[in-house]
Amino acid sequence: MGRKVKLREIAWARSGDKGDGSNVGVFVKTPAHYEALKQQLTVERVKQHFHAICKGTVTRYEAPNMLALNFLLRDSLGGGGSESLKTDAQGKTHGLALLEMEIELP
Amino acid sequence: MVREETQNQPMRDKVLIGYGQGFWGDSILGPVRLVREGPIDYLALDYLAEVTMSIMQKLRGRNPKAGYATDFVAMLDRTLPEIHQKGIRVIANAGGVNPGACLDAVLDLARKKGIKGLKVGIIEGDDVLGRVDELMASGDALANMDDGRPLSAVRNSILSANVYIGAFAVAECLAQGAQIVIGGRLTDPALVAGPMIHEFGWSRTDWDRLAAGTMAGHIAECGAQCTGGNFTDWRAVKDFVRIGYPVIEASPDGSFVVTKHEGTGGLLNRETVISQLLYEMGDPTRYLGPDCTADFTSARIEEVGKDRVRLSGIRGGPATDTYKVSISYQNGYKTSGQLTVSGPDAVAKAKLCADIVWGRLALDGCTFEEHEKLVEIVGSGVCHEGIAAPCDPPEVVLRMGVKCADEDKVDRFGMELVPLVTSGPPGVTGFAGGRPKATDIVGYWPALLRKDKISTRVRVEVS
Repeated sequence: MGRKVKLREIAWARSGDKGDGSNVGVFVKTPAHYEALKQQLTVERVKQHFHAICKGTVTRYEAPNMLALNFLLRDSLGGGGSESLKTDAQGKTHGLALLEMEIELP
Repeated sequence: MVREETQNQPMRDKVLIGYGQGFWGDSILGPVRLVREGPIDYLALDYLAEVTMSIMQKLRGRNPKAGYATDFVAMLDRTLPEIHQKGIRVIANAGGVNPGACLDAVLDLARKKGIKGLKVGIIEGDDVLGRVDELMASGDALANMDDGRPLSAVRNSILSANVYIGAFAVAECLAQGAQIVIGGRLTDPALVAGPMIHEFGWSRTDWDRLAAGTMAGHIAECGAQCTGGNFTDWRAVKDFVRIGYPVIEASPDGSFVVTKHEGTGGLLNRETVISQLLYEMGDPTRYLGPDCTADFTSARIEEVGKDRVRLSGIRGGPATDTYKVSISYQNGYKTSGQLTVSGPDAVAKAKLCADIVWGRLALDGCTFEEHEKLVEIVGSGVCHEGIAAPCDPPEVVLRMGVKCADEDKVDRFGMELVPLVTSGPPGVTGFAGGRPKATDIVGYWPALLRKDKISTRVRVEVS
């Protein structure tokens, strides 16, 4: 059995706005951790994690040279830009929110 | 003091480009310290955001000499003698919707400081507000890239319309000898790629090198956000007070080192650079810009010394045959306000306060749709809604807001917050700043425009 850890113990993240949605980039230090990330950080799990924030679809991209995944969370900013009333109208804090997910390490 | 442009001049093998202003409102200390604390050949500065252009159009409508980033002139007021003496060339999109007025202001400043012979150039042609009808009549629907609606849907509400201009216009202005280059809506990466094209003579089909310049610009374009700012592992970041702004050390082959001046604070390593590469990223294999398409996954990223991260092997491809156009339009009104609610039972009392406000507004015939209303109990897990565990903090901030097409209704809402201090539950305080007033919602309308519809113009004047 593997060891369960919070993503923030092994990963870094950054997020920002893309229209009315946000992007969350997350990356790790080792290829082994990257394999775990790719297998376990599925679009479905990320969408479930952000269920109260992301009202649209989630798309995932891979950047292996950075050991990174990039997620687009559509409709996650209450309108986005000047239209949003939310405190975090630009999704600046969504990166840290993603790092609250758990991941199982081999 | 700028080196003369001659045919025989040997190509420099290293060019240092500092990025001192990540957005409109960034600290003036960024550019001031970059000029003072270490070597740079170029100083790049970004003063624009999507909403900025509409504000600047409004200012220009009231005053033909306004509509540019006055912060830029204030920054030069502190640094111009040193910039001139050291021969640093400055590239900024500070022209906003009125580069000509910005040019005049900088020339006035130079004369006031007794600086003669300063060459200041502007790039024009990005502002298509006055051409919208002509473009639509000639068959450009300027449809919304996100939902496909034709621009005619909001034609009468348009506030600004600007094309994102690339790095070759910057290089052209530098080639004409400008020490200060002022553009309107230049892309942020163009501020960095422009000097590389100028110095190294890259052509319009040098896709790999143009992609490298674009990638360097993307890393630097938010200033200190690649040198420890907003970094996940914040405890590892030393001396935030004197955080160093990025300096790109560019080479003719397209490889570059991200660094910062010696003795400055912050943190610069592989992780801080990758963090910024991922910022506002879509498909990392296809980063679209006006000059090329860059593949961010092609880069080799390595630490090559203290505060030095090198990127090499970057690949790119042709740009598309369209420019991105950023159009803004008036899309109704909004406001928000806040009160502090102390414990005990801070969350429960804040929820009650919100219900009271909506109830009293309804009593007066003022109601809003669900999607027009916002209630946030800041302190109880607003940013990480649905993720942070529920808690009962000793105090919270109640934030409420509304948005709709009716300005009077929005103002009516703004009058119903402060009465809670005396007519709601106990422990309501912290109301400052008067009644919240309706402000414009500026809608953002991204569109595409065929490149042959746009030609940029460069003008250089001397103090």
